[in-house]
Amino acid sequence: MTTQQLPEPAGLRARRFRPAEQGVVLLLGAAATISVLITVGIVFTLIEEGSGFWGSVSLVDFFTGTEWFPVDRVYGVLPLLSASVLIAVLAALVAVPIGIGSAIYLSEYADERTRRVVKPILELLAGMPTIVLGFFALESVTPALQGAGIIPSDQLFNALAAGIVVGLLIVPLIASLSEDAFRAVPAAMREGAYGLGATKRVVATRIVFPAALSGVMASIVLALSRAIGETMAVTLAAGTQPNFTADPTEPVQTITAVIVAVSKGEATRGSELYQSIFAIGLVLFVVTMLINIAATALVRRFRTVYH
Amino acid sequence: MADSRLTSPPILHRPTEGRPEPRMELPELNIQADAGLPPTADEVVVFQATGVNVHYGKFLALKDVDLAIHRNEITALIGPSGCGKSTFLRCLNRMNDLIPGAEVGGTITFHGEDMYAPDVDPVDLRRRIGMVFQKPNPFPKSIRENLSFGMKVNGIRVDDDRIEQVLRHAALWDEVKDKLDQDAYALSGGQQQRLCIARAIAVNPEVILMDEPCSALDPISTLAIEDLMRTLREEYTIVIVTHNMQQAARVSDRTAFFTVQQLDGGDRHGILAEYNATERVFRAPEDPRTQDYITGRFG
Ligand SMILES: Nc1ncnc2c1ncn2[C@@H]1O[C@H](COP(=O)(O)OP(=O)(O)O)[C@@H](O)[C@H]1O
Ligand SMILES: [Mg+2]
Repeated sequence: MTTQQLPEPAGLRARRFRPAEQGVVLLLGAAATISVLITVGIVFTLIEEGSGFWGSVSLVDFFTGTEWFPVDRVYGVLPLLSASVLIAVLAALVAVPIGIGSAIYLSEYADERTRRVVKPILELLAGMPTIVLGFFALESVTPALQGAGIIPSDQLFNALAAGIVVGLLIVPLIASLSEDAFRAVPAAMREGAYGLGATKRVVATRIVFPAALSGVMASIVLALSRAIGETMAVTLAAGTQPNFTADPTEPVQTITAVIVAVSKGEATRGSELYQSIFAIGLVLFVVTMLINIAATALVRRFRTVYH
Repeated sequence: MADSRLTSPPILHRPTEGRPEPRMELPELNIQADAGLPPTADEVVVFQATGVNVHYGKFLALKDVDLAIHRNEITALIGPSGCGKSTFLRCLNRMNDLIPGAEVGGTITFHGEDMYAPDVDPVDLRRRIGMVFQKPNPFPKSIRENLSFGMKVNGIRVDDDRIEQVLRHAALWDEVKDKLDQDAYALSGGQQQRLCIARAIAVNPEVILMDEPCSALDPISTLAIEDLMRTLREEYTIVIVTHNMQQAARVSDRTAFFTVQQLDGGDRHGILAEYNATERVFRAPEDPRTQDYITGRFG
């Protein structure tokens, strides 16, 4: 075979410099770095400001103490932590059925028009200032609970009312994220089930729900960490009385409520009381972080893969 | 595998193995191209479509279709893409009910009864008329659960014998018998599609509708499914949409050729251009559009 004289092919080694590409990478990298730095900075502050506290209060007393009574220098975190968890659990009991129920309704039953009206209204609830929800708890929920004989009529503050309004607050979070998860289930999956003679109810509960389980669980866990960090509504509704109890009809004081009370009060900067709020703030941070790690692990574990 | 479901023996029973191709033993039928094949004395009509129009909103997707589908036959629906083959197929198990805005006009009878009568329950109907889709769509569950889902829905007792029987029926047993509890998505595409066929068979339907069941599969899986269809034809009535004309010619008894009719006003509707014994459609089509399509001049 004779080779013809062809033009010399262009060389590969002419790497171009693209300033716009480089600039974008730098900007985006800077944004990512800043958000990481801020997080690290906050954690560092919590540790730094609270460091003096660990010198005067023993770790064991702090983590096992069932009383929070700073006047006597008694700093047991359990009543505060249990209050935060109690309210988050009550909120979840309210929000999980309502949130998942509305998500299934919106994704499987509602027609397009209904969805367009209902979804924004639901999401409005998420934007509700929590102080408004706190007043709603005091003015409406607690009186209703008193009327029903659940709460003694001379008692204003209780964990239940706080749990209910925080539940309302996180309904949209669960509903919205779960609905996204339901709608992400391929239509082919539903058609396969309908084609076998499944009813709408069966398709929703036996096909769509299990396939979207990881997304649903992620929504619940995210809502839980939102609930545990909620401050205004619980400060108003649950009271300011540290109380190591699992009884939802009693007044309790959450970690966030203590932080509010101390930081707006007289505690001088650097005092033991002042330092204590950084210590409990750190506890709250760690709890929330653990919840988020659990969420990620759950999502990985239960993620549905379609090839 | 005898199945007591059939109360009378298949009327159009023909041996499946060693079938000559092309088959010359097909009786000469009295053909009217527009009306579908008239039922002859010993042929049971399962579906009879008369003047079927399908709208998606204002768009008339399928216009004036008359078609009879016969028991224990494989009926192929062919034609260029967008001519309404899937649309028609989905009328046969009322799957179009699930599409907002879809409207089916005309009449379709199933064993002589109007399928779209107000007192017909589409859910019960779909239990009798199974469907296999273009892309294999097993549930994200185990192989066993894929089969048991429909059985539970239909009140059929789930036991290992039944699972084995169904998987054997779908020519899948030997490949999956050791991994029944593994995720269905671990199977190959062709195996997934046979699982979907098994899933449909598991609920004892009378009819299996297949919408381009091989279009996502490799040639070997395709042949496996075609073999399977020939076996299934003994017990079931099969309607298959295919864009593969060789496939229609290989497996089907009758072929309906759909095409797109372009009107002067610019409106495009799917119509049924020709319906005949497969043999006739491929050897001596009566409609010039069919001729153009099967010879590859169009579509
Ligand atoms: N869900 C739908 N909504 C609106 N139009 C549709 C829908 N499904 C199909 N169509 C239209 O109906 C016509 C026929 O579609 P289809 O039955 O899917 O054709 P085929 O299966 O022959 O390719 C096409 O023009 C298509 O765009
Ligand atoms: Mg199609």
